[in-house]
Amino acid sequence: MKKLLGALFLMLSCSAGAFAAGDVAHLDKAPNRINDLAALQNGAKLFVNYCLNCHSATSMRYNRLRDIGLTDEQIRDNLILGDGKVGDLMTVNMTLQEGREWFGAAPPDLSVIARAKSINAGPTGSDYLYTYLRTFYRDATKPTGWDNIVFPNVGMPHALWELQGDRTMTQVEMAHGAEGWERITTQFDETGVSTVKREPVADYRGKGLIETTFTPANPERAAAYDSDVADLVAFMTWMAEPVKQQRMRLGVWVLLFLGIFLFVTWRLNAVYWKDIK
Amino acid sequence: MAGEKNVETKGLLGWVDARFPLTSTWKAHLSEYYAPKNFNFWYFFGSLALLVLVIQIVTGIFLVMHYKPDAERAFQSVEYIMREVPWGWLVRYMHSTGASMFFVVVYLHMLRGLFYGSYRKPRELVWIFGVAIFLCLMAEAFMGYLLPWGQMSYWGAQVIVNLFAAIPLVGPDLALLIRGDYVVSDATLNRFFSLHVIAVPLVLLGLVVAHIIALHEVGSNNPDGVEIKKYKDETGKPLDGIPFHPYYSVHDMVGVAMFLIIFSAIVFFAPEMGGYFLEFNNFIPADPLKTPPHIAPVWYFTPFYSMLRAVTSEFATVLAALSALAGIVIFLRGKFNPKAKLIVTIILLVLAVLLKVFDAKFWGVVAMGGAVVILFFLPWLDHSPVKSIRYRPNWHKWVYAVFIVNFLMLGYLGTQLPTDLFNLLSQIGTVIYLAFFLLMPIWSRIGTFKPVPDRITFKAH
Repeated sequence: MKKLLGALFLMLSCSAGAFAAGDVAHLDKAPNRINDLAALQNGAKLFVNYCLNCHSATSMRYNRLRDIGLTDEQIRDNLILGDGKVGDLMTVNMTLQEGREWFGAAPPDLSVIARAKSINAGPTGSDYLYTYLRTFYRDATKPTGWDNIVFPNVGMPHALWELQGDRTMTQVEMAHGAEGWERITTQFDETGVSTVKREPVADYRGKGLIETTFTPANPERAAAYDSDVADLVAFMTWMAEPVKQQRMRLGVWVLLFLGIFLFVTWRLNAVYWKDIK
Repeated sequence: MAGEKNVETKGLLGWVDARFPLTSTWKAHLSEYYAPKNFNFWYFFGSLALLVLVIQIVTGIFLVMHYKPDAERAFQSVEYIMREVPWGWLVRYMHSTGASMFFVVVYLHMLRGLFYGSYRKPRELVWIFGVAIFLCLMAEAFMGYLLPWGQMSYWGAQVIVNLFAAIPLVGPDLALLIRGDYVVSDATLNRFFSLHVIAVPLVLLGLVVAHIIALHEVGSNNPDGVEIKKYKDETGKPLDGIPFHPYYSVHDMVGVAMFLIIFSAIVFFAPEMGGYFLEFNNFIPADPLKTPPHIAPVWYFTPFYSMLRAVTSEFATVLAALSALAGIVIFLRGKFNPKAKLIVTIILLVLAVLLKVFDAKFWGVVAMGGAVVILFFLPWLDHSPVKSIRYRPNWHKWVYAVFIVNFLMLGYLGTQLPTDLFNLLSQIGTVIYLAFFLLMPIWSRIGTFKPVPDRITFKAH
């Protein structure tokens, strides 16, 4: 009976994961830099300079950045653009209504975005953001001139394109058409102009799939960009729940105490129940 | 002096006792309330449910000090609590974890009742109060979930309140009354806040008190299903009973310690529980213009949600056929009062017709509501000659196992998007769930029952 139940649970939990992952393109794992103060500070810098113009982070107060090792003076001099105070919230002047009018969809508030984009029994929001920010490609046919692999037809342009530099994108798709399998190769060059090549494939035994590769003009710069994005995502992950590290540290002490408490109650119970025959 | 009460206690306590039944209540419900000595693991969950109720109320009080029940400010006020209120994050996580743990504890508490026949005579009223508590708990959790005003809060409420609109005649007006508006809006948030913080907790507290008073009036059941009041000593105390205090107060402390370990592990290390306790989509502020691709209730409602979704037009036809069949079989083969038989047959045949007349959506709501309401009737559905599962035929244990696994399966299916296979499984699951109860008068009687001992079975430890 127990084995039956166990097998059922295993079956159910496996399929839950499989289903969830099928929803979205494969996501890369975001490097874990949550304990790296230098990375978090770099991420804060990138966030304030590149994101905080259209996106707000209205639950985040500037002075909370003390938690990642910055002083009030550093925050005021480097991270508050304009005449805000260090105790202000990270608001922007654009309203949601304006954002909807100008971009088609309002740029969402980013305070807890790293938690919002997680998937049950699947990749975390950090993985989503890490992949999303690295899979923009130029597409001259789109209103912003950009498109994204993780979020097709996104209304957001590639805000960080200057950091990333030029890339070409090649997408190879194995599709089953009316005349059998064919390989469709789409290439987007640095200016966003696409060329499509279709070739029938005779003996293909696999499944339909899409493979995307990016070819950067400057690989070193692209690698540095990947690291910068990792820092930015680490910052956003931290910002989504600044208390996380503290809560886990505290949790260790709580569980230790409760372990001792359990032992005490167990022995107390044994002493009282010795009388009961 | 004439007319004054004579009490045994002295001093301040004596002064109080002459004016208030303090010591007598303590004795009646704790130090001289005799409970069976053979309580096992399944008997922890009642006291744990009380503990979680207290946790929810205390954390709730502190949350309400900072939460803003306004559609424009609710979401951010929760983040304010998480970031700026000292220890606010802990209070919030305790409240959200407590909500889910409340259902874990209550489902296990109810399962104990099912196993040991705790709902049977003379404890029917204890059970009825308990099911009423369960209904209130569902309402409380549902309304509490709207308060963070996230995407899932908003759209989950929108879906469920719209279901009430499916009730014939009164539906649309009822939905309007619940919502306070034509769609879920600020008005809904405010009234759900009032109900969640004041109305339902008061009702819950009253019902819990009634539940315990009803229990103490007749005495607790036990895993052997044997009445300990049958054999008493010279002073009138049950031979197999022990005073609740100190034996069970100390015993329950072990359960509390164990529970707090699990509770704290979740609060401090995994408060989101993979998106099942704190849903990820709820970290996006409610947007009435953007429907999420997948609207699902929180995990503790998913078994009932499955049943709701399972009732499609085709399934309503199947249910109509089953209802008509049941009506005919009962008329021809039923062995009870002819007048009652006729009434039951007519009801089932009318039901079969109505199943095709009213919209399937309405019957989905009926199935979902019926699945909870049917619990009220359990004391009268169970016709087993023995109370406890220990002395029932072995195959009865398999029936319970199937019921439990089926309930879990329905729960899983409720979290997933409906596919053809999942729909079929939900429909089968719904039939199994309802058949367990509706056919219980028949199956609970069949089989070779084991001899029930006269006194409880207990091993000293």
